[in-house]
Amino acid sequence: MVSYFSEIFSGLWSLLVGLGITFKEFFSPAVTVEYPYETLKMPERFRGHIQLIADEEGNPNCIVCMMCQRACPSGCISLAGKKEEGQKKKVLTKYILDFTTCSLCGSCVESCNFNALEFSKEYNLASTRKEDYIIDLKKRLEENNS
Amino acid sequence: MKLTLLNAIIAVSIAIGFAALNAAYLVWAERRGAGRIQRRPGPNINGPLGLLQPPMDGIKLMAKQLIIPGGADKALFVAAPVLAMAPAIMSFVTIPFSDTIIAHDLNIGVLVLFAFASLGSISLLFAGWSSRNKYAVMSAMRAVSQAIAYEIPMLITVITVVLIVGSMSLTDIVLAQKGGIWNWYVFPFRSGLFNPLMMMSFLIFFICALAETNRAPFDLGEAESELVAGFHTEYGSMGFGLFFMGEYANIVIGACLTTILFLGGWDCPFGLYPGVWWFIIKIYLIIATIIWIRWTFPRTTIYGLLNLSWKILIPLSLFNLLLTAGLLKVF
Repeated sequence: MVSYFSEIFSGLWSLLVGLGITFKEFFSPAVTVEYPYETLKMPERFRGHIQLIADEEGNPNCIVCMMCQRACPSGCISLAGKKEEGQKKKVLTKYILDFTTCSLCGSCVESCNFNALEFSKEYNLASTRKEDYIIDLKKRLEENNS
Repeated sequence: MKLTLLNAIIAVSIAIGFAALNAAYLVWAERRGAGRIQRRPGPNINGPLGLLQPPMDGIKLMAKQLIIPGGADKALFVAAPVLAMAPAIMSFVTIPFSDTIIAHDLNIGVLVLFAFASLGSISLLFAGWSSRNKYAVMSAMRAVSQAIAYEIPMLITVITVVLIVGSMSLTDIVLAQKGGIWNWYVFPFRSGLFNPLMMMSFLIFFICALAETNRAPFDLGEAESELVAGFHTEYGSMGFGLFFMGEYANIVIGACLTTILFLGGWDCPFGLYPGVWWFIIKIYLIIATIIWIRWTFPRTTIYGLLNLSWKILIPLSLFNLLLTAGLLKVF
């Protein structure tokens, strides 16, 4: 008889505890990020596709040493540069990333000795066409600068 | 007020309007509340705060085709959703929102309400049986056994209140609780009758109201995880919409009854401005609690459900009935 009533009371109490928890949750702020309207800030070490780093004048830091191209296991980086008249360093003319084969391993970023490559925070990359993933990083840098 | 045909039509159309509006916006409140409890915003795209979501849902449902499955019992299949909605709306006619706002004050109001309430489970049986779907039949069986199991303790607690008041008229029941919070039947220290178990009776009645309206945690009739959608598995379009509206109208009726029987109806807790607004505040507080409960507790098992009724609620409510009768005899 005692256990009959104690069971009822302990059961009721546990129900009240549950109600208390949801009551607290009701008044806590929502954790949803309403994606198309607001976006999360990507964490520091997020790996999007690579991008070029520019100096203060907006020119790429890259000196076309080709280390990244050589380091890439999938061969998805192709870049070219030329030496202007009277200049010591080479200047980057094109930098194409084939993102379809990139596995985001980061060997290119690791191999760069001139602080010219980094991971971007770009993740909105959905497309129906393959060509959209052949990314011209030099053009992208110029567009970002303007 | 004389019951003429015109009066009856006006009363019923107001009741339909009230029920439909409540059904639509309780769905909204439920989804928003569920969202808040689960730390997400809930529907908030259509209109400010998502307030246009219910009409959008309604339009979507109406635009859909009403499919009657092959081999179904056509007449019952079509009748069931109407039968789910109609008694719920008719119940509103007897509910006193205040001493003046009542469509028809029957002297057997309690009886009429429970008669209509038990019609609801028949509509579920019809729906499950006529869809010719094994899940629907199983759900209908569950819903009916649940309705039978929970009508008994519910009626016993109601008889307890009727015994104290000495009348079955809902208006009389409210008038007997007049004069502040300490006169409500939910509290044991009521003047004239000291019954320490009234709080328990209130709880029993509330649990039964949840079970009768097929609400979580007693929504075994439409247990999605086991029975697809239960008795309304085969219903699409407004057939489903009517079941939905019927369910929410029943919730409002349950809240109204709880308010009238135990929480003093339109009476103000501290004697200020008694009127319809107190009634409205009370029923929406109860509905909020019902929604809160739904999103807190997981669904019980069918055995747990029936055990709760037959082993706990019925003995306790019977005991309280005997105690109340004895106290009334003594004092």
